[in-house]
Amino acid sequence: MKKPDHAWTPGRVFVQAFLVLFALATIYPIVQIVTISLRPGDQLYSTSLAIIPEGASLRAYRTMLFEKPFLLWMRNSLIVSLTVTLFGVTLASTAAYAFSRFRFAGRSAGLYLFLMTQMFPATMLMLPLYVLMKNLHLLDTFAGLVVAYTATALPFCVWTMRGYYDTIPYELEQAALIDGCTPWEAFVKVTLPLAAPALSITALFSFMAAWSEFLVARIVISRQEMFTLPLGLESLAGQFQTEWANYAAGSLLVCVPVMALFVALTRNIVSGLSVGGVKG
Amino acid sequence: MLRAPRSFPYALLLPATIVMLAVVLFPLGYSFWLAFRNMSLYHFRSHEFVGLDNFRLVLTEPIFWTLLGKSLVWTSVNVFFHVAVGVLLAILLSGPVRGKTILRTMLVLPWAMPQYISALTWRGMFNFEYGAINLILKQWLHLPPVPWLSDPTWAFVAPILTNIWLGFPFMMVVALGGLTSIPVELYEAADLDGANGWEKFTNVTLPSLMPVLVPSILLGTIWTFNNTLVVWLVSNGGQPADATHILVTYIYKVAFTYSRYSYAAAFSVVVFLLLLGFVMYVMRRTASQERTA
Repeated sequence: MKKPDHAWTPGRVFVQAFLVLFALATIYPIVQIVTISLRPGDQLYSTSLAIIPEGASLRAYRTMLFEKPFLLWMRNSLIVSLTVTLFGVTLASTAAYAFSRFRFAGRSAGLYLFLMTQMFPATMLMLPLYVLMKNLHLLDTFAGLVVAYTATALPFCVWTMRGYYDTIPYELEQAALIDGCTPWEAFVKVTLPLAAPALSITALFSFMAAWSEFLVARIVISRQEMFTLPLGLESLAGQFQTEWANYAAGSLLVCVPVMALFVALTRNIVSGLSVGGVKG
Repeated sequence: MLRAPRSFPYALLLPATIVMLAVVLFPLGYSFWLAFRNMSLYHFRSHEFVGLDNFRLVLTEPIFWTLLGKSLVWTSVNVFFHVAVGVLLAILLSGPVRGKTILRTMLVLPWAMPQYISALTWRGMFNFEYGAINLILKQWLHLPPVPWLSDPTWAFVAPILTNIWLGFPFMMVVALGGLTSIPVELYEAADLDGANGWEKFTNVTLPSLMPVLVPSILLGTIWTFNNTLVVWLVSNGGQPADATHILVTYIYKVAFTYSRYSYAAAFSVVVFLLLLGFVMYVMRRTASQERTA
């Protein structure tokens, strides 16, 4: 029934045109950020729709890198995100291994409890955490952020890891056990290296969860020098007129690496999602 | 299943469980406890038990019902467009199209962007005088500009548009994955039966996609319902005059701007119970459908 690939029927032309236009419209907000970040200082109140503004300049990038505390915010975000990644990967890979390889009392209840946490309105956890941190004087510390973010990232990571472990035949570990490995050694030396693709997704997800979180950071952190990137950029975006170009430049610096990584890993993410969902 | 000492799986689970208990279960219990007390900025140390007062306040104030309505509109409009746009694009993309990889990459980008940056960027694009959307309306389509962020109705439409843009790539990717697993034979059989394109869509494509779509829709519904960030950032904390809130952004504002901790806790308990009821209802219905199918 299929027509040969080179036949341009009117229907096909229409579909092709629709997809191209839709894709262009989709990336338009991203193009906007680029445009605004390139605007020279005297064109902040521009009503031009040109994609490359007249007299384009990299001034905003220079301002962000050398005059604004952008690099400090990035350092703060890196400290928090890398710590969360470390905890997320460690905790998820061990817990998921237990769920995948062993049958024990409370197994399925535990698995569903992890999933149920997705259902709480964020404030329901934020509010008690905030009161608790206030009492323990943990406000304005990174420790508070790290704990909160690790917990948000864990459920997804545990499900992804468990789904992936399930695809690795456990005969390999059995062989290792017969050769005299302890269960822990079999896990660390045999399974973990094989699970590297899932580990990378878990790491990416934990990192991203912390790297772009705004609402918790807003209530935990109030001192400017402790700001993470989302707080810092929001403080610039608040002042539409003066800082808009700087905000755009900063966002782009933050976005581009993250988006490149995400696109490169989309395939893994999707298969991770679907593998995790196959069996309960 | 592996053989190991009985304690081994529990040892593996211990670290993650401690974190989840400390950061999820304990706060959850604390939230319930708080909901029955009168903690606020003025009663931060000296709060006391007030019974169901907070719940009574939540359920009798008209704002709850207004916000519930807006949350339902917010969730259903968003999820509907996420699925409709996502599935449509997935179907078109899996047909004979040039430049598939680049088109798919472009269409996935909104998902890849950190949400707060998308939301802030859209807020800028909605600016009345200098935002790109009004400029396009004015310069290309010769339409009058829209007061996106100052009129209560438009200020609610703006975050919805933003969130549709944010959410369709996820459904598109899920649907793309589901489409590849439909056997070609089904379409050949439909062709033999003389089915037209629409009949093939409703009788082959859609039923085959459902098993993949339903869990994603359920998850997407919960995420959208609980999405505080987009409404908060696009409307700049509920502006104008707290008229653009949905349930979860209102709770966030009441808790952290007005410091009415116990009232906010009661509010979130009610919202949580609503969601729990919804999810259990849906899961029971899909389970019974699977049994009869």
